[in-house]
Amino acid sequence: MSIRAWYSSGTPFVWLTAGAVSISVIMVVGLLLMILARGLGHFWPAELHLIEYRNADGETQTLLGEIRESEQVPAVRVREAGYPLPDDAPELVTRHLFKVGNRDLYGFDFRSVVGLGITGESLPAGATAIERRTWGNFYGFPVRLEQGGEVIAEGDAVWEKLPPLVERAHALHEEIRDLEQRQIGAINYEQERVRLAERRLELEGIDDPAARQEIAESRAALQARFEALQARLAELREQEARDTLVMRSADGREVPVALANLVRIYRPNTMGVMEKLGFYGSRLWEFVSDEPREANTEGGIFPAIFGTVMMVLIMSVLVTPMGVVAAVYLREYARQGPVTRLIRIAVNNLAGVPSIVYGVFGLGFFVYFLGGNIDRLFFPEALPAPTFGTPGILWASLTLAILTLPVVIVSTEEGLARIPRSIREGSLALGATKAETLWRTVLPMASPAMMTGLILAVARAAGEVAPLMLVGVVKLAPSLPLDGNFPFLHLERKFMHLGFHIYDVGFQSPNVEAARPLVYATSFILVLVIVVLNLTAIAIRNHLREKYRALEG
Amino acid sequence: MSPADDSSDSSSLLPSGALADRLWRWRFFKERAARVAVGWGGMMVIVALILIFVYLLYVVVPLFQGASMEEGGSVTPAVATGDPLYLYLEEQNQVAMRLAGDGSILFFRVVDGSTVDRVELPLTAEVTAMAAADPLTGVVALGLADGKVMVFRHRYRQTFPNDRMVIVPQVEFPFGEEPFTVDAEGRAVRRLAIQDNEEEATLVAAVEGGVVRLVHFAKESSFLDEDEVSLERNDVVVPSRLTEVRWVRLNLQQHHLYLVDDLGQAEFFDLRDKASPTLLQRLVLSPPGRRITAMEFLTGGISVMVGDETGRITQWFPVRGGEGTQKLTRIRDFDAQRDPIVAIAAESGRKGFVALDARGRMGVYHATAHRVLGIREVAPAGASHIALSPRADGLLVQAPEGDLRLWHLHNEHPEVSWSSLWGKVWYEGHEAPKWLWQSSSSSQDFEPKLSLTPISFGTLKAAFYAMIIAAPLAILGAIYTAYFMAPGMRRKIKPTIEIMEALPTVILGFLAGLWLAPTVEANLPGIFSLLLLTPLAILLASWVWYRLPHRINGGVPEGWDALLLVPVVLAVAWLCFSLSKPVEVAFFGGDMRLWLTSRGIDFDQRNSLVVGLAMGFAVIPTIFSITEDAIFSVPKHLTQGSLALGATPWQTLSRVVILTASPGIFSAVMIGLGRAVGETMIVLMATGNTPVMDWSIFQGMRTLSANIAVEVPESEVGSTHYRVLFLAGLVLFVFTFVINTLAEVIRQRLRNKYSSL
Repeated sequence: MSIRAWYSSGTPFVWLTAGAVSISVIMVVGLLLMILARGLGHFWPAELHLIEYRNADGETQTLLGEIRESEQVPAVRVREAGYPLPDDAPELVTRHLFKVGNRDLYGFDFRSVVGLGITGESLPAGATAIERRTWGNFYGFPVRLEQGGEVIAEGDAVWEKLPPLVERAHALHEEIRDLEQRQIGAINYEQERVRLAERRLELEGIDDPAARQEIAESRAALQARFEALQARLAELREQEARDTLVMRSADGREVPVALANLVRIYRPNTMGVMEKLGFYGSRLWEFVSDEPREANTEGGIFPAIFGTVMMVLIMSVLVTPMGVVAAVYLREYARQGPVTRLIRIAVNNLAGVPSIVYGVFGLGFFVYFLGGNIDRLFFPEALPAPTFGTPGILWASLTLAILTLPVVIVSTEEGLARIPRSIREGSLALGATKAETLWRTVLPMASPAMMTGLILAVARAAGEVAPLMLVGVVKLAPSLPLDGNFPFLHLERKFMHLGFHIYDVGFQSPNVEAARPLVYATSFILVLVIVVLNLTAIAIRNHLREKYRALEG
Repeated sequence: MSPADDSSDSSSLLPSGALADRLWRWRFFKERAARVAVGWGGMMVIVALILIFVYLLYVVVPLFQGASMEEGGSVTPAVATGDPLYLYLEEQNQVAMRLAGDGSILFFRVVDGSTVDRVELPLTAEVTAMAAADPLTGVVALGLADGKVMVFRHRYRQTFPNDRMVIVPQVEFPFGEEPFTVDAEGRAVRRLAIQDNEEEATLVAAVEGGVVRLVHFAKESSFLDEDEVSLERNDVVVPSRLTEVRWVRLNLQQHHLYLVDDLGQAEFFDLRDKASPTLLQRLVLSPPGRRITAMEFLTGGISVMVGDETGRITQWFPVRGGEGTQKLTRIRDFDAQRDPIVAIAAESGRKGFVALDARGRMGVYHATAHRVLGIREVAPAGASHIALSPRADGLLVQAPEGDLRLWHLHNEHPEVSWSSLWGKVWYEGHEAPKWLWQSSSSSQDFEPKLSLTPISFGTLKAAFYAMIIAAPLAILGAIYTAYFMAPGMRRKIKPTIEIMEALPTVILGFLAGLWLAPTVEANLPGIFSLLLLTPLAILLASWVWYRLPHRINGGVPEGWDALLLVPVVLAVAWLCFSLSKPVEVAFFGGDMRLWLTSRGIDFDQRNSLVVGLAMGFAVIPTIFSITEDAIFSVPKHLTQGSLALGATPWQTLSRVVILTASPGIFSAVMIGLGRAVGETMIVLMATGNTPVMDWSIFQGMRTLSANIAVEVPESEVGSTHYRVLFLAGLVLFVFTFVINTLAEVIRQRLRNKYSSL
């Protein structure tokens, strides 16, 4: 039982290796839990604290807001940051990150609050949080409700009058959005098509009065429709601007909040658990189904989810046939020899080539070379504005298809190799040709392997960001790659992507602090999307495996 | 009629006769078609993959191609009088100017020599000296035998009558239409230099008898009319001690004046105060006895290229020494030509130049890249003047017979060479040769500095720190999982760790940049004690567990120790973090970051430690998975044999299993390294992306991949910068490809070894 015996038994080393496993597992699980907690915690309505705070200049301020984070910091750092602490202050003091909102009043959303400076704190029941379409959140107390300049309710009576008015404002907002984005968007799209048609005639040197007449007519018709919509829009805007809620901020200033600008209004301090749960659900739903606001730092991420899924789908459509054909060629048709082995190793290693290299290749070859030539041949009327000669979803999908091609090839080849010789020989002996054998027996049996390859490809593609930054992803796409305008699928359009959204909002946004919870939530969604895609594919694979088990036996 | 109808009456269900024949032919056709289609398709896909390499190479290769010159023919101006003093070729290579010794300016079309315009300067005496300011200003001065100087400016306007471009040359007289006096005593002007800009103009003239005069004009534009400029003239004598000044060279900024004599004795004056030129340095520009035969500024007016009679061209520029002094320093030599250099012409946009020698051969050079792009005979021996158009694509050479030779120059990427990409380069304005990556800047006359060394270094540094974290954890973890762990636990643990592989690196990068970096910064003592204490705590836990009575430690089945360690590791982590702040207060004055900085260690928030942790995290599953496979597939009879001979499990592992699996472990590390080298998002988000060369764990880096991601979208297609970024991509490609091939070959050999055991 001595140290020596302990040492010579090798136990310490075994335990060290065990420790490595524990650390790895703690890291993985911890990371996933952290993303889960931070990503989902954001939607929970936080309590609003009303505090009396002595600021760095010694003045006392009243602040209302959420406590986002609290940490212990050495007193030295607080003093360095310019906040005077009494000499008898402890070595470590608490510092809160306090979200005060009201960016239009204060110019910033967040304040750093030293715990020692708080002289009074309460959770007033009337404290109200408003999510606004612009200027971020407002925290304060409702004063009165005005309709067309006339006061219709004051004090607590506001809460009775408010819900129908908010509903009306939301309905109007929906209608305006539909008009602006869908209908007027469609007209703009038509107008652009007419302009391109005209330019094309001009380029081809055709001077056909009938065609010109037709173009002029359709242009006039579009213009008329456009003006009608514009008039309707102006009318709706006017209606929308009718109601205003006047709020009082913590420091006593009155601020009018137009209901048109209001997304949600709530009193977190008085909400019960069920109410909070309902609120949580609605915010989560908004997050996944709505469009971003305020330079992506608020609102939802629907376009990013849509773009990611769309790109992965197009990529799958491209990569599957390519990968399968290459694998079938390598395994079934090519003569096995040193050259084939060399190709196999090369293909294998391409999976390890950094993704950014594929991005560079995609940009140079697909976008500038292929896209540029397509533009010159097929879209001369749009030049010098590029159609395909600029990054877009097609090129992004194609680049990722090339990137994930090795994965599909390797996996399919493994599946083909595993099929017993006897099955092929049996089929050939019955008089089937090689193609028939392949098509009827070998490929169906290898389909679970192909599916595995595709799963891995999809998992990799959905999380890949670096190459996309070069070949088609943007921080804010004006329109989705799939919409109601002919030809419905717009492969040349740029798109939004969850991974890039995380990078962009987390690192390029002007208001990182405010956006951070949203980035955690987006990360959570991205992990979820990848897991769901994986699980779906795994389910398909298991199903197929079940189906062909009899054959394999 | 379908085949089914046809065969329904016959006794056999199989088709017969013509139908069977047709069916057979159809099947045969399908068979052939499938063979051709799969063959073609398969080959195309493989070709497409090879295309990646080929295309990258195709973009990169032009960087290393030299300049090519094409003869554009010989042209004789219709009216050429007097000896040529100066030649100029405008931007479009359409119109050229020839200034002759008799004071006539001839503008002629380059294609046929036909005259476009002709101006006679009102000279008062014979021309004895000529000087041209920076070519972009178009200012030219002529020194006369009566001590006067005539200054004119030539300009080229592009007009588009009938949608065709026509160049209209113009001659202007910014300093009056008459020559003005420089030497009041009327001595001939022997050598001359001039520079002119919006605020001031300076003219330096060496007159007969060794006096060097400086005339300075301060410009003041009037309030009413921007174009009306009033000049304030000031005359000074430059205190030169040279007996015969052969070259007077004044730089673009009008701050540096160089006076040089035939044998290369030079004086370097500071002209920042025009009223009193100060001598900064006296030096010799050529080896003893060698005559200097040409001298010209590069664009930007900092470097001087000096050509001598042996054909050597030397680059000099002022380098800041201690105490704010400047010293003209010899930077690099070009030894490509063998005959006396007759003329040097600098490019306008880049630090390139061409040099003509006495045999009529012309060399195309780039100074900073230290590159000779080509040498070619452009005119018969005795050619005297050379004009390089502002876009550096056209060249006019004065042949001795009086005609001019036009050359077209294709010189797309002179600024990149092997040595400028990887070696230290001495850039203008720097004290010493350096490795620098600085591809763009806000200032206009900026020279891009494209050295791949600092970013390659950053790549290796990031990979190094990642591997330090990842390799031990992954390999040790894999050993335990494959060899000691209970099978039931292994089935859960392995996929859990492998799940990390699918985790998008953008999420890791975001967490590293926005959560880990501030956390590490705020808890530096905690992080370091964690790195140190965790192994110790694990050993301690092992010892304690070992000493526990058997009825306790015997209750946990073998292979579940890892589970016991989870609370231990968590407790250590909690302890380290909660003690971090008090430790910081007690030992580091409350702020470790400040404490480090005061000891001369620079601290970036997003530093190598953060990158190492985050990227290590990304690399762990790769290494773990391959190592685990390698160890797990060590043939069981080997281990059983060892155990049967009485070895402990640890002895069996360290002497038998690891030895057998070591090639597999090595290839796992290689593949992990390949992944770390190419990883983009983590380094992009978790470092400051500054291209510093420093091993410090508290500093960031810029890697090849992050550099590509940041700069490619902004670079102009086909430009040098764009191609260098593609080269960076190619370097990454080749590096990872070689590493992976190596790993793959090792793995295959290992597999063969296992199967033979």
